[in-house]
Amino acid sequence: MLMPKPDSDVIARREEIIAAMRSIVPGEGVIIDDDELRAYDCDGLMAYRQLPMIVVLPKTTQQVSDVLKYCHDNDVKIVPRGAGTGLSGGALPLADAITLGLGKFNKILETDFENRCVVTQPGVTNLALTQEVEHAGFYYAPDPSSQIACSIGGNVAENSGGVHCLKYGLTTNNVLGAEIVLMNGDIVRIGGKHLDAGGYDVLGVITGSEGLLGVITEVTVRILQKPETAKAVLLGFDSNQKGGDCVAAIIADGIIPGGMEMMDTFAIQAAEEFVHAGYPQDVTALLIVELDGPAPEVEHLIGRVETIARQQNARYVKVSESEDERQKFWSGRKAAFPAVGRLSPDYLCMDGTIPRGQLAYVLTRMEELSEKYGLRVANVFHAGDGNLHPLILFDANVPGELDNAEKFGADILRLCVEVGGVLTGEHGVGIEKRDLMGEMFTEDDMKHQQRLKCAFDPGHLLNPGKVYPILHRCAELGKMHVHNGQLPFPELPRF
Amino acid sequence: MSTTDNCHSPNSPDFDDMTDNLKAENEQQVLDAVKSAASDKIALDVRANGSKAGLGRATDIGHVLDVSGLGGVNFYEPAELVLSAGAATGVAEVEDLLADKSQQLAFEPPDLGPLLGGEAGQGTLGGLVACNLAGPRRVKAGAARDHFLGFSAVSGRGEVFKSGGRVVKNVTGFDLSKLMAGSYGTLAVMTELTIKVLPAPEKIRTVLISWAKDGIYDHGGVKAMTDAMASPHEVSGAAHMPAGIAERSSVSYVGDSGRAVTALRVEGPEPSVAHRCEALKNLLGKYGDIEELHTQNSTAFWCDVRDVQCFVENQDRYIWRVSVPPTEGSRVALKILEGRPGEALYDWSGGLIWLALAPAPDACANIVRQHVAAVGGHAMLMRAPADVRARVPVFEPQNGTMADITQRIKEGFDPHGILNPGRMYEGV
Ligand SMILES: Cc1cc2nc3c(=O)[nH]c(=O)nc-3n(C[C@H](O)[C@H](O)[C@H](O)COP(=O)(O)OP(=O)(O)OC[C@H]3O[C@@H](n4cnc5c(N)ncnc54)[C@H](O)[C@@H]3O)c2cc1C
Repeated sequence: MLMPKPDSDVIARREEIIAAMRSIVPGEGVIIDDDELRAYDCDGLMAYRQLPMIVVLPKTTQQVSDVLKYCHDNDVKIVPRGAGTGLSGGALPLADAITLGLGKFNKILETDFENRCVVTQPGVTNLALTQEVEHAGFYYAPDPSSQIACSIGGNVAENSGGVHCLKYGLTTNNVLGAEIVLMNGDIVRIGGKHLDAGGYDVLGVITGSEGLLGVITEVTVRILQKPETAKAVLLGFDSNQKGGDCVAAIIADGIIPGGMEMMDTFAIQAAEEFVHAGYPQDVTALLIVELDGPAPEVEHLIGRVETIARQQNARYVKVSESEDERQKFWSGRKAAFPAVGRLSPDYLCMDGTIPRGQLAYVLTRMEELSEKYGLRVANVFHAGDGNLHPLILFDANVPGELDNAEKFGADILRLCVEVGGVLTGEHGVGIEKRDLMGEMFTEDDMKHQQRLKCAFDPGHLLNPGKVYPILHRCAELGKMHVHNGQLPFPELPRF
Repeated sequence: MSTTDNCHSPNSPDFDDMTDNLKAENEQQVLDAVKSAASDKIALDVRANGSKAGLGRATDIGHVLDVSGLGGVNFYEPAELVLSAGAATGVAEVEDLLADKSQQLAFEPPDLGPLLGGEAGQGTLGGLVACNLAGPRRVKAGAARDHFLGFSAVSGRGEVFKSGGRVVKNVTGFDLSKLMAGSYGTLAVMTELTIKVLPAPEKIRTVLISWAKDGIYDHGGVKAMTDAMASPHEVSGAAHMPAGIAERSSVSYVGDSGRAVTALRVEGPEPSVAHRCEALKNLLGKYGDIEELHTQNSTAFWCDVRDVQCFVENQDRYIWRVSVPPTEGSRVALKILEGRPGEALYDWSGGLIWLALAPAPDACANIVRQHVAAVGGHAMLMRAPADVRARVPVFEPQNGTMADITQRIKEGFDPHGILNPGRMYEGV
């Protein structure tokens, strides 16, 4: 993985930059010792590590603005960071950049039950938002599995999803407003408690921009009333094809479940050994279908799902009889990653999305790839929306295995694109899928995306080296019909 | 969505003997047209059927790029909940196709043709998304932007590009679909769009509160809607009609009563709808007499709200579309209406106010914007004669950094300013 070559000139100015940062963020908010910097040397993509030049932990929007303005005027790069749980290396530090941690932005500013929204600082965890409002029967719907730890700012930056996004939408569908600081220090407020903002949808493009367009310093999210009840049904099939067909049949019947997850044999067995969720061990594909809403609706729809499942030749059907049992059904799915992790020193978690109908084909091809690379793969799958999470097992201590696993992963993502899907459904491009962007986009596609970048950060100082394999100078992108503006990272010049 | 060979085209447009109209039948022709317009710096008024020609700032661009030939569904896969079609495919055609499979566009696209003084049923998919419209279900299901998965387009640079895809879960690269939605054709000419579709509800019912005769119940209506929206009963539409508007309703029960009404819609499978209706009745009985509209009347009622039917007739009135925090709806509207002839219809639980005001030289922009700014929100001048829409900012005026961002985005996608220039803001 090639990162932009560190700028020795900037590194040589480190002391001067530290002094400037200390004048903006007093006290312990500027971290410079290697020991302490080490805590920030990677995000959830732990195969890649790099000590940041400096870590700055501002407390106020004004401090963020001052830091960015200084860096803008002095040509210093910035890597924004929330909780560091990202799985694609978006918050991976750079040797010549300041890592700007938003951890001290940890307050919920306002809960407005009447307008059904919460205004919060970005460092607040996803789960804390729900905890803040649940006494009044509300919750914040997007629920990434990392919700105890990940920050809402990171969620917005990644447009994170979760098992309930099938019915309730992704982060982008649940954010109403934000305050962002641009690289030049300008503070912009977009949206608010109202639904339509007018003008270009800046909130929409900031969401999922992986820290490349601006630093998010405040977020307004909508909250929903918790469904009155929820029930889950476990369905077992003797082939992936039948499992996939059942998913399609449920949706074709007009039912959008609260969640619809699928696991393959390997994942089922690993989860069962780990948490004893009561999963059947003689099935090839396991579906968890959750219905939520008012009790009469849930009862009615569970019945319909059961009928459909039997028509689709489910060989195992079990409806949760109690809240405990529902939680138990989920316990296996929720523990699937660590459960698989127990069976292998290391694993890579992939994240492609495919059209649902291609599921069986993709899983068959994945088995072939697994044999070709000699690496095992387990599959958990947000079946309702076609989002795959293949877990590739490997041992980083065996020379060449990480490389091999990454190649396997890249082949899986190419396969996703080949069948009409995409490289990443919720984890982001970061550095992990950066060099695969060309599989999905033409040069012109990517250049148009980068023109958006140029409108926000023409100097490419915010999170460079992430998402786009080739950085085009904004001056070049601005010209019409220019074809020689490509600047691959190794020779990246200063500008 | 193929990328095309840029160099060759069988029938390149000729701007020398150009009439006012240039018609493109496919993406290649759009590309050729935009390329030559860019090199000659000729501005294009991009339109399909022109059903929303009256939306946005009034401009006098002269040359029309007619894309009404870009129709046709590419694929519709009900089990995948996805549909892809040419930009000029009729919304009505799409809705018919979906209805055959008991599916729908969940954001409930309004048909604003009649409100804007034109015919019904003329809207296209591209126009719908370019204006980011949404109906009453916005409170639950979002707007066009939330259902817009991907597109292929020709930017003002004369380059074909695409973004997004055909799957819902997709975070690959910047979300340019969001940028296109609501950009009024000022950045690129969309040629193909892919959208998410959803099952249509099996049953629709509306709980109707009829307020006592005489008196102003706007605040009460907003209060009742707030209660309903804060309940777990999954309300999918919350509108309030003052008596003067209710009496023009096409639903006789509403029209005949002579009273203000507040309406709450629930949708879903029969047992669920029945249960939630009962619960809402219990919750809201304290506000007034409660009635229930079933599927047919409900559908008619919500179509009226969606298309702002109440303001179709008197075309002289200027129309504002105001988005504010829902609980502020009635306060903002009543302040604006104080001492001024006009009416307000509330949708989105009070978060959307449709205002009809008597004509005034500045369309009352100052007073409207002043009251909206006080609570945070957005006001758009939806209907007014062209000379007014040329003079009065149609969208909330931007300033400072936000205006710079808008300008720079425009420059990136349309450096010569040839696509619908001035449609949103002067100079953009
Ligand atoms: C066990 C585990 C399970 C996970 N499950 C899911 C899941 O189910 N669904 C899912 O979508 N993701 C999941 N993730 C991925 C990750 O948790 C999400 O991407 C999360 O949103 C990242 O939040 P963070 O605060 O940790 O951000 P970080 O990792 O710190 O940063 C992520 C990106 O956002 C940028 N960023 C962070 N904060 C800001 C800000 N305030 N302003 C601007 N840019 C910012 C960073 O530069 C970086 O590019 C999982 C991760 C783990 C470790």
